[in-house]
Amino acid sequence: MKVWALHLAVIAGLGAALFVLPPYHVTSLSRIMVLAVFAMGYNLAFGYTGLLSLGHALFFAAGVYGAALPASYLGVSAGPAMIGGLFAGAVMAGAVGLLALRTAGVSFMIVTLMFAQAGYLTILYFGQVTGGDEGLVLPETVRQLAGLDLSSETARFVTALVLFSLGLIGALLIVQSPFGRVMVAMRENEERSRMLGYNPFVVKLAVLALSGAYAGLAGAAHAVLFGYAGASFATIQYSILPMLWVLMGGAGTVLGPLIGTALMFYIIDLAGNLTTATLLVVGVALLVLILFAPRGILGTLRERGLRWLP
Amino acid sequence: MDFGPFLLLALMEGTVTAAVLALTAVGLSLVFGVMRVVNVAHGEFFMLGAVLAWFITTWVGGPEWVGFAVALALAPLIVALLAALADRLVLKRLGYEPEATIVATIGLLYILQQAALSLYGPEARPVEPPFSFRIQFPWFGYSGYKLAVVIAAVLVLLAVWLFMTRSRAGLVMRATQVDRDTARAFGIDVDRVYAGVFALGAGLAAVAAVLIVPIQQAHYLMGGDPLLLSFITVIIGGLGSLRGTVIAALLIGLSDGVIAFFFSPTLAKILATLLVALVLVFRPQGLFGARQS
Repeated sequence: MKVWALHLAVIAGLGAALFVLPPYHVTSLSRIMVLAVFAMGYNLAFGYTGLLSLGHALFFAAGVYGAALPASYLGVSAGPAMIGGLFAGAVMAGAVGLLALRTAGVSFMIVTLMFAQAGYLTILYFGQVTGGDEGLVLPETVRQLAGLDLSSETARFVTALVLFSLGLIGALLIVQSPFGRVMVAMRENEERSRMLGYNPFVVKLAVLALSGAYAGLAGAAHAVLFGYAGASFATIQYSILPMLWVLMGGAGTVLGPLIGTALMFYIIDLAGNLTTATLLVVGVALLVLILFAPRGILGTLRERGLRWLP
Repeated sequence: MDFGPFLLLALMEGTVTAAVLALTAVGLSLVFGVMRVVNVAHGEFFMLGAVLAWFITTWVGGPEWVGFAVALALAPLIVALLAALADRLVLKRLGYEPEATIVATIGLLYILQQAALSLYGPEARPVEPPFSFRIQFPWFGYSGYKLAVVIAAVLVLLAVWLFMTRSRAGLVMRATQVDRDTARAFGIDVDRVYAGVFALGAGLAAVAAVLIVPIQQAHYLMGGDPLLLSFITVIIGGLGSLRGTVIAALLIGLSDGVIAFFFSPTLAKILATLLVALVLVFRPQGLFGARQS
């Protein structure tokens, strides 16, 4: 009960922000919510199941292009394009998982990294279709959802909020379900869960596909809401950022990805006013987190008393 | 020109790539073999070597070969010290836990990249080669410096091999590689060995960078390609096996030269990355490594 109240309050608070915040922060918050969906997907794999992937940029980019290619070449509108992006992310993650999940630990990290790198290079190789480094700008005509113009501030915010809420509630339902317990069991002791009759490969593959679906939906939403698709979304940076967000907010907590994404977004934003050394901020944040707070913000809070946090 | 001379040229370019790649990859392989650490910042140590070479040659001045010689001696040393420091301050505190060290070295990667961007700038800058003579073939002239790079790389690799197999320090390193705890029980200071190996690995990358910088210019983003290629080399050669790494470097350097010359460089990289992923999945011991029990 307490858990649901907290999460619904967070959603309500985000909704209220639309009426309070100045336009600049409304745009930022829309972007944060979309990226938080990506982080929540990463968290399902990394935080709950212990799958440290360095290839999630591939699934995000699959969503970006899964939505952007039909939208720009076939004139598919935003709704079906986002659903297409979601499936593109899930299918890509499932395909990578079929091979990558035969390895574990460091090998799994490198294999996912290599697949993501191959995906990035493939986008560059077919630059005539994908726009390569310069990318594609989505025409206004396809950025419509149920009669709403997605390039307008309010419609964009509301769409992002709806997607974020669906993602958050979905994640909460998943981690509290019996399947969620099995995910954590895989992270804590794979051998023992195997002996209890669970098939680690099948469980991990399902989680990875689910995580890919989140990443794909986030990528597709980013493409239609902000009207741009490009090869930069497939770079290694987009595999590292969700990891950073999740580590900062707290791996294996439902609200951690949102907190981490928002905090990191504003840290980089503020640092951007003071210095141009934004890479330094990312690097130092990673080092400080892994050295001094490997459990992140909510993970630490959970250890210090809030044991009921999911 | 006919096909033959073209192929010869592609193979010679490939040999230069292979020589530099072998140095960089052996550094990465050494760190992985002894410490079981995947050093994602390895490419940035390479970049630092090149950037330092530019600073040192500009600062020394005088005839080209003097500045270059100073750079070849100093740059790897500075990079090695920096790596030893990173090992002490960060990796040691993480207890060399594989996944945590990867995250930490990614952080290190960003910090080093930003440091180079802020202090050195976004431009690509050339370093003059220490000497310039051309070897005249019947069909084309070829830079004598590039051949010197190959010879230098072979000499350094021989030195590393002698160091690892014949010296006491090498013996201690190999003992630590086989069994860290037993080595410690025999009074080996494992922390010092780790700092030394990490420094040696980074130093090798820096040597490779100083050698290549007269051909390729120094740039703050130049670490990406060597990192990717060394990863590919180390994995195909068999993780932690030095001999396999050198053979794989030769194979990859030559085929990269030929494929990139006759087809598209991007296609060559796509094929190489996919090959690595598949090798890791289906032959985790590498193409040349022996299966470990």
